[in-house]
Amino acid sequence: MAALATGGATRRGIAPSFRRAGEPGLAALPGTRPSLRRGQLLLSSGVPSLDAVLGGGLAVGTLLLIEEDKYGIYSNLLFKYFLAEGIVSGHHLFVASAKEDPADILKELPAPLLDDIYKNEVNEEETVFKSKESQDYMKIAWRYQNLPKMEASPAASSRFGHYYDVSKTLSPELLQSTKWHRFFLPEEISLQPNINICNMTSGYTRLLQSIQRIIYQEGFDGSHPQKKQKNILRIGIQNLGSVLWGEDICCTDNPEDIHSLTKFLYILRSLLRMSLSACIITVPAHLIQNKAIMERVTNLSDTVVGLESFIGSERETNPLYKDYHGLIHIHQIPQLNSLICDVSDTKDLAFRLKRKLFTIERLHLPPDLSDTVSRSSKQDLAESAKLLSSGCGAMAMGKKHLDF
Amino acid sequence: MFVELNELLHASPERPEQGTFTLLRDTRTDGSFLVHHFLSFYLKAGCKVCFVALIQSFSHYNVVAQKLGVSLPAAKERGQLVFLEGLKSCFEVLFKEEPPTGQPNPLQFIREGGSNLKALYEFVRTSLTPSESDSWKCPVLLVDDVSVLLSLGMRPVDVLDFIHYCRATVCSQLKGNVVVLVHSREDSDDTENELVVNALCHQSNLILWAEGLATGYCKDIHGQLKIIPRGPAVLSTERDLPRTYQYKIQDRNVTFFARGMSAAVL
Repeated sequence: MAALATGGATRRGIAPSFRRAGEPGLAALPGTRPSLRRGQLLLSSGVPSLDAVLGGGLAVGTLLLIEEDKYGIYSNLLFKYFLAEGIVSGHHLFVASAKEDPADILKELPAPLLDDIYKNEVNEEETVFKSKESQDYMKIAWRYQNLPKMEASPAASSRFGHYYDVSKTLSPELLQSTKWHRFFLPEEISLQPNINICNMTSGYTRLLQSIQRIIYQEGFDGSHPQKKQKNILRIGIQNLGSVLWGEDICCTDNPEDIHSLTKFLYILRSLLRMSLSACIITVPAHLIQNKAIMERVTNLSDTVVGLESFIGSERETNPLYKDYHGLIHIHQIPQLNSLICDVSDTKDLAFRLKRKLFTIERLHLPPDLSDTVSRSSKQDLAESAKLLSSGCGAMAMGKKHLDF
Repeated sequence: MFVELNELLHASPERPEQGTFTLLRDTRTDGSFLVHHFLSFYLKAGCKVCFVALIQSFSHYNVVAQKLGVSLPAAKERGQLVFLEGLKSCFEVLFKEEPPTGQPNPLQFIREGGSNLKALYEFVRTSLTPSESDSWKCPVLLVDDVSVLLSLGMRPVDVLDFIHYCRATVCSQLKGNVVVLVHSREDSDDTENELVVNALCHQSNLILWAEGLATGYCKDIHGQLKIIPRGPAVLSTERDLPRTYQYKIQDRNVTFFARGMSAAVL
């Protein structure tokens, strides 16, 4: 059962490679792609540039933890991208929140950029490319063919990972066709009397039971293999750890139950690893008073991404950052089924929200175009660049000496 | 099993040492490659291994072990490996309805909420106590990782008690080895974890400390490994001094080199 999730290909690796043509393999699941080197199934986070940074995508059975930015604007956006990607790929959704009604969250999902003209273009391109390939293999720019396709054109990832238009919302028809489950904490509390297993905050206990029930009922744990077509469950949990979940780690340094959140994450991890699902959680990390909790939470999650928006900070007006809306810190990338993890070359990453798209880019200094740049302003830039490198390197702690 | 690390530690799978407590410690980086090393090392050495894997699933360890040339399912069938998959047991404790037959689940404490690692210790003891028919060399306990126990609500005292009991049983009584992984950070606010790490450092015979580079991430050097032998001071020789090497993790191997001697910068 566990082999389904992160070691899907393991079983295949041992078994003979022969496979009947009609047999649906795990790779046939919509909206996923197998990572052959790792032997796992990847799915898109909804932001192709984030997928590229995380080594191709999120592995099925893992947990993506987003540390919210101060006002929760951009983390909310990533949350919605993740869910919208699920809807477009035909996955099942599970939306849990203590603040907004899940139905309202779904109504505000961004619309995918999937118009027909665009699709036709892609097809044409592909056919042209194929006919070229079938001819004599001659290429002028042969040196570039081995380069990684990081920020390729949208066409390259049109099946895995989509681009979304944040200015429009998802069409209601698309929403109706997807199967989704809701968990709205205020409703759930009024439904049942107080229950408490394993000394967790009751909201967490309920949420876990609810997730477990759906995984079991809908067969995401592989318990009814012949019942129906396999699918992926995307779980989204909003503002976990905030006061609304009945948690006091945001209010005090010495909360009553320091282990509630970490226990929840461990049990959630066990649920995820045993099923065909992936989870996104946003946590208001800047509010959590006791930093020890955040360290443990990081250890118990798979991928950890921190967002730092410039809104309200002095960096907003800094000329260095004028192209960007914030910095993104990749705190942790899981090493699944392998000794090493795919780490991108640079850790200096920034995000920006264009008119329609949210993208993550490598941070670089803006070009100095004016002729009358004074020396002092250049120095300013250099200073702020220093400030940046100290703030950005996720692992850079000391700055005193070089090791080599 | 990484051959270069064996050379650095003067260890060989033909004659594994007995009665040592090895602490694997990582700071700002992931030290799990050391766990994979010791798992494959002791399986190749023909020791009976009890692996308490709390943080990852069996399939993960299995895929990596295959890359290192060891088959975990085969070792399990031979009876050489006893694998406790923490995530799976946790699920069974909480969501499986039927009462367990006979033995209590080692992770019973998650459900009960108390701070009691007795069931886990009993599990370790029964699985490592040699029976008549066994022909394995010495018993080995591997834990990945101890910090999880603290996250699950154990008090530091209970965790230290658990390790102490294991050490007394496995190291002294059965003449075996204990290998344990912990996470730590210098600037950590997690005082409970630091307490456990310090106490375990004090008890250990050998510390392998993987650190991320202080200057930040580098593509060609993944970190540095401090080897700190902690034998009695009288017996210490030249080779028992603490040493530091830098390492680079590859797909199936880890290369070690002296500081500043990376092939990439020379």
